[in-house]
Amino acid sequence: MSESVATLSVHDLRCTRGDRELFSDMNFTLHGGEALLIQGGNGQGKTSLLRLLTGLAQPAYGEVRWRGEKLARTSETYHREMAYIGHLNGIKDDLTPIENLRLAAQLAGRTLDEAQAEEKLCQLGLGRCLDLPCRVLSFGQRRRVALSNLLCSNAPLWILDEPLTGLDVHGVALLENLLKSHVDQGGMAVLTTHQPLSLEGANIHALRVGGPAQ
Amino acid sequence: MLAARRRGDWLTSQFFFVMVASMFPLGIGPDPNTLRMIGPGVVWVSALLASLLSLPRLLAEDFRDGSLEQMLLTPQPAVLLALGKSLAHWLIYGVPLLLISPILGIQFSLPAEAIAILMLSLLIGTPILSLLGSVGAALTLGLRGSGVLLTLLILPLYVPVLIFGAGAVDAIMAGTSAESHLSLLGAILVSTLLVAPWIAAAALKVSIE
Repeated sequence: MSESVATLSVHDLRCTRGDRELFSDMNFTLHGGEALLIQGGNGQGKTSLLRLLTGLAQPAYGEVRWRGEKLARTSETYHREMAYIGHLNGIKDDLTPIENLRLAAQLAGRTLDEAQAEEKLCQLGLGRCLDLPCRVLSFGQRRRVALSNLLCSNAPLWILDEPLTGLDVHGVALLENLLKSHVDQGGMAVLTTHQPLSLEGANIHALRVGGPAQ
Repeated sequence: MLAARRRGDWLTSQFFFVMVASMFPLGIGPDPNTLRMIGPGVVWVSALLASLLSLPRLLAEDFRDGSLEQMLLTPQPAVLLALGKSLAHWLIYGVPLLLISPILGIQFSLPAEAIAILMLSLLIGTPILSLLGSVGAALTLGLRGSGVLLTLLILPLYVPVLIFGAGAVDAIMAGTSAESHLSLLGAILVSTLLVAPWIAAAALKVSIE
């Protein structure tokens, strides 16, 4: 397997929660320029799968590989090249959006000046609330702050858990465009959603977790 | 990493420290000899309790808003994160406490050299409390009633620190040298510094899963 090609692959993955097996024998490979849409009903293991992919959780069996290497062995590189947004936004309520982005960049060992942060936030339509603490922002606006963090990360792999929750119609359209351009530029994305997402033209695969929804 | 910790609520643990320590003279009576005898112990016990009061908040906030996940997903090793958290805790809890302690020492009519030793022992001792506390905070993360559990888990580990910390001040007041107590305290600090961040990092990974 070539080292340099960015691929995310999953081999014989099994996930259990307590005694219950959520899924097993899962195999897929994701290359640059592809997106993977994970579908499945509530409680079927979509979030658990994403957490396995990020390395926050350990699989019961099988392995996740990045560039052909097991996650545990390549975690430093992987964490630099992967950006994850979970159910929680991971932003600090007491800081302004700009400070949040700069803090996240600092933690990741990147440098991000104020102008760059401002540009990304404006791109997501947050131009009016740059100086407000995130505490006073609405749920959707906070979601947008988290998404702009994604843009700042320059990571080739995006892992998004229900990115559309809380976003309005414009926000959804914005995210669709972002995803499309990200994938068109050779990036990868893994996402879960219940809402319809129009990504025409993008190279998108679908994966169903667990049994068919009731 | 420390920028994440600008909180207004750290003052509560300082007030708590002062309050608890001030209750003793009021309850026991104004006899200087008794006060001098119990002074070091009371200041130390108050310091322990104040650290317990501030610990649950060390990680809980980050856990709730998801920034802890994000921090664990940064290229930095989790050990560094745990160490940074302990350092942050010590800066907001230990350092102010250190600055208040001479006033409490005067309140217990301790002699000047005993106050100096008290401060020195707190200087060595409070980082240990922060380091051990980060392990406890990481272990009890996301559990219900974690505050009580944290107290039960961590207080026994604090005992040696209390013994040698208060012992150092007692020794100087009894006219002997405090050196042995302080060097034992220093030894505990070095060993916790080497071990605690690793345990805390491992505990964090388990808790977040």
